Amino acid sequence: MSVEGGTVKVVIDGTLCQGQGRCFSIAPTVFDFDDLGNGVVIGDGTLSAETLTLARLAEANCPEHAIFIEESS
Amino acid sequence: MSDKPPVVDFATDWDHTDPEWVSDPYPIWEDLRQRCPVAHTDRYGGAWFPATHAGVSAIAKDTENFTSRTVVIGNGRPTDEDLPAPIGVAPPITSDPPFHQIARKLILPAFAPGPINALEDQIRELCAQLLDDVEGEEIVNASLSYARNIPPAVIRQMLGFPEEDTEKFIEMVHVIIEAIDQPEEVRIQQFKPVEEYFTRQIEDHQENPRDDLTTFLLNAEIDGQKLAVEHVFGTMVLILVAGIDTTWGAIGASLWHLAQHPDDLARLVNEPELMPVAIEEFLRFYAPVTMARLVKTDMEYLGCPMKEYDWILLGFPAANRDPVVFKDADTFIIDRAENRHVAFGLGIHRCIGSNLARLELRVALEEFIKRYPKFQLANEKDVTWSQGQIRGPRNLPLRISA
Repeated sequence: MSVEGGTVKVVIDGTLCQGQGRCFSIAPTVFDFDDLGNGVVIGDGTLSAETLTLARLAEANCPEHAIFIEESS
Repeated sequence: MSDKPPVVDFATDWDHTDPEWVSDPYPIWEDLRQRCPVAHTDRYGGAWFPATHAGVSAIAKDTENFTSRTVVIGNGRPTDEDLPAPIGVAPPITSDPPFHQIARKLILPAFAPGPINALEDQIRELCAQLLDDVEGEEIVNASLSYARNIPPAVIRQMLGFPEEDTEKFIEMVHVIIEAIDQPEEVRIQQFKPVEEYFTRQIEDHQENPRDDLTTFLLNAEIDGQKLAVEHVFGTMVLILVAGIDTTWGAIGASLWHLAQHPDDLARLVNEPELMPVAIEEFLRFYAPVTMARLVKTDMEYLGCPMKEYDWILLGFPAANRDPVVFKDADTFIIDRAENRHVAFGLGIHRCIGSNLARLELRVALEEFIKRYPKFQLANEKDVTWSQGQIRGPRNLPLRISA
């Protein structure tokens, strides 16, 4: 989404993700899973106002703290 | 358990098989969090119990200083001779890096959401059948007649063992689960029929390969080499042991909760869309699984003088009640939106069957409350809990209300 002209993106740190499976259950429009069951971001991870809320909820539920929401200008 | 002296102070003499810990461990853990927060005992040859989320998390993720070579606390201190080779008896749960990752990657795809979610209809039919079997009864034992029978039937099917063996399989599995706390000679004796049965099944699958986990393991390769028979066998045993009383405990504890909280039960009946969030709270609040580690070398860790081969009991259920991480940690909130619980562990050994466990728990609860939208404990005194590292109600008579 546009935040003062910037974008907000979500990323999963693949070195931290252990396939707990919370993100793609909570926010299936933002996250998917790979063949091993690890979380992956759908597309380039750019978030709309609606998906930002979902992504934040997923972030708050990840036991491994593997989800990061980044703002860039 | 009866021949052990009673625990006087859990901070310095804890025992996870003590009757007080077995029946209601949560106040003990809360007390330890405030006083220790890493408790010690000389029992079992020496063991530590971190009671906080931070302590559990640090050790679960630290594979440099702790080994997973044995994950169930034995009667005494292990020696070099006792410890299995680096692969471990039940890979990958008993494996350390770097072999761990190889063994785990091999079986992760079989437990990923895709293949697991495909089992939903079968699990639903199984649950409905179990409920049909007790239809019309005023008191239903939700542990013995229901929760107990769901996971082994699913695992039997995943491993591709004959359907007509379901009853026999369930009995056999429960014999070894019950024997876990027995002396080694008894365990070996109890395990014999399982070993023979598995060997026959492996031979049958070698002759008649089919689309199931056993054939998959027999065909799997590491660096172009088929897996050692011990590896195939060990992984099958792991799936059996780790996939049964764990989920049995989770289903049972959730029904135990609902039997005593009619408001929560009514909400689940009236708002089925709440179930996925509720499942996570059941898992947080009643996490059934604690796992052990061994200290690799003498060291000071979390302020404790740990010695080589001291046991660590990783209390994931205790971490889930830590108020530093969870608001109102000792309150069950059925629609808790933020719930970073660690019921399935943390780090590289995250429960490989977590997707299956969640599916079984959700479907089992959905089917039970669909059939019985109102129920309560028949008699609180009749409820008994399992003893050891997996917690759940073993006996759970519920009175069904009209």
